Amino acid sequence: FSWTCLFYTTHFYHTLLNKPEMQNEMETSSSNLSAVLTREQGLQYYRTMQTMRRMELKADQLYKQKIIRGFCHLYDGQEACAMGIEAGINPTDHLITAYRAHGYTFTRGVCVREIMAELTGRRGGVAKGKGGSMHMYAKHFYGGNGIVGAQVPLGAGVALACQYQGNNQVCVALYGDGAANQGQIFESFNMAALWKLPCIFICENNKFGMGTSVERSSASTDYFKRGDYIPGIKVDGMDVLCVREAIKFAADYCRAGKGPIVMELETYRYHGHSMSDPGVSYRSREEIQEVRSKSDPITMLKERMLSNNMASVEEIKEIDVDIRKVIEDAAQFAISDPEPPLDELCNHIFANDLPMEVRGTNPWVKLKSVS
Amino acid sequence: MASLGCFLRSGKNAVSVVLRREFSKTPPAAVQVNVRDALNQAMDEELERDERVFLLGEEVAQYDGAYKVSRGLWKKYGDKRIIDTPITEMGFAGIAVGAAFAGLRPICEFMTWNFSMQAIDQVINSAAKTYYMSAGAQPVPIVFRGPNGSSAGVAAQHSQCFAAWYGHCPGLKVVSPWNSEDARGLLKAAIRDDNPVVFLENELMYGVPFDLSEDVMQKDFVIPIGKAKVERRGTHITLVSHSRCVGFCLDAASVLAKEGVECEVVNLRTIRPLDVDTIEASVMKTGHLVTVEGGWPQYGVGAEICARVMEGPAFNYLDAPAVRVTGVDIPMPYAKILEDHSVPQIKDIIFSVKKVLNM
Repeated sequence: FSWTCLFYTTHFYHTLLNKPEMQNEMETSSSNLSAVLTREQGLQYYRTMQTMRRMELKADQLYKQKIIRGFCHLYDGQEACAMGIEAGINPTDHLITAYRAHGYTFTRGVCVREIMAELTGRRGGVAKGKGGSMHMYAKHFYGGNGIVGAQVPLGAGVALACQYQGNNQVCVALYGDGAANQGQIFESFNMAALWKLPCIFICENNKFGMGTSVERSSASTDYFKRGDYIPGIKVDGMDVLCVREAIKFAADYCRAGKGPIVMELETYRYHGHSMSDPGVSYRSREEIQEVRSKSDPITMLKERMLSNNMASVEEIKEIDVDIRKVIEDAAQFAISDPEPPLDELCNHIFANDLPMEVRGTNPWVKLKSVS
Repeated sequence: MASLGCFLRSGKNAVSVVLRREFSKTPPAAVQVNVRDALNQAMDEELERDERVFLLGEEVAQYDGAYKVSRGLWKKYGDKRIIDTPITEMGFAGIAVGAAFAGLRPICEFMTWNFSMQAIDQVINSAAKTYYMSAGAQPVPIVFRGPNGSSAGVAAQHSQCFAAWYGHCPGLKVVSPWNSEDARGLLKAAIRDDNPVVFLENELMYGVPFDLSEDVMQKDFVIPIGKAKVERRGTHITLVSHSRCVGFCLDAASVLAKEGVECEVVNLRTIRPLDVDTIEASVMKTGHLVTVEGGWPQYGVGAEICARVMEGPAFNYLDAPAVRVTGVDIPMPYAKILEDHSVPQIKDIIFSVKKVLNM
């Protein structure tokens, strides 16, 4: 096998301020960058992305069987974003995203079993069944947030803490093309730039905010330019190497104390906005099929590795079989694990507090709450 | 000889008794501190005690605070700990919550609580609910503070009381100090608390001085959140109040005392969690209840107190229906005569007490 390979990533655009003090002068340039992929990395990225893919498809199945209920926003198609970001930052860096969060929950270290059991609302879920699809947390991963755009100031705040504590860590704050027009995002840009917070603002542009295409929601669809006085990079979000290299660049920039950076990852989601959206009333099936056949992130990586003799077909198949087992096992767990016990109902209202009483549905029901 | 010894002994005893009496006559070292300075000192001491504590908000640094509550702090602690923000409440409240996620202990000031409406999503959905949603994985040790309720002549958009709104939400602690001791002890408790605390101050109380004992001036003086205080003992009727209205209740009680009505005045100190036990104990003693607040009546703090008393053991001790004295159910007008008639006055409290007591 080839143990390492040098790739030319598809070009990504730089928009950098010519002279930082003159905000209206911007120079656009495109660059060809190269990235090194080792066999070990390739196999790891493949495994991770394929696991995310299979996990989301299994969630789709379970939702249709009514074993998962409520909100379920699936990430299939966008795997290269989560994988590329994780590959480009350290585990000690921080990340926060919106509600399409299952992929990031996985890349940030939560195992598939705990994710699926959270989706099915069982006690073995990462949030003990109390959070659900949109509220999963891990070390240096702040969810999973249900209110569109609210996670961006939160991410800037995490970055403030990094700066305050002088720990050389950065925070990646993700949002979608739909959220990109939120006022609080611009408020965050302003403060992050003013205080030079080590925050990487990333717009995952999957072309649709629910059923509204970017052309119909945004006067400017150049999301990487929306940071105005903040430098912006536009990246092919279907290419995991592209994403990784861009994140590395951005993280280095932030760690050097130069302030925040804005990034746009061009990506695509195969499913509708959520499980209640078939996803074809506002876009054509042909469009979805075209992306699947021409730009699928997992296929692209696989083909790259195979055509450069970095892995064999059998090896990849073995990984697929292995992943299928992992997902099946996780699904079994998620289905069979019991729901949380009723005495969990009122716990976790306050941290580090004495036990307290919580009123039930009527005055005679007095429930107990512990931290 | 024996009588001389006796005399000496008794003389010595007499002298020491006199000396003891002299010591007990010495007043405790009390200091006059107004509410503003009490808040300032509390923040100063907590900033010094824990380097994770920091203050952010509009004008808190170089302006010394819009109401001078943070005077001197920026000079002492600098840009890192005292941060002036742009006028972007939603953004900076979110940033404060994010900083709390990542291990700091922010104090987020809203210039007035009216502006918190811009940021209320961050207070409720990002701060209050997160510990629960994460099943205990993510605590949020943050204090949101600022002046709440009516002021003087600031009209409708700057006069709303938010005690009921924030008091409604599980996951928040909501605190409403009246005097300097409350302000000092509750703010220290709030900053040391690992949970989101909504700290409702009152602009008109900032300049009011109170005597603070030596005990209260200790660096570790904290008032437990969730405990009300009986400010005045009485037997005929219970007045329950919070913030500035506590003072009005005490004034009304003085007037009523002259007519032989002894009011028990309960200072809630905390809106959430509500100290129902103290309220019930008082009502069970007096048999009558009047709640007094500056906020609007509908779905307010007084409404909650009355409902709780109805649902609990104290109901059986009520000799008359519980009644609420509140702000008038209108947006706050500007003209002084109208504004004066929009908020509870001492005469309104006296009137209601007499009605409840059937006088």
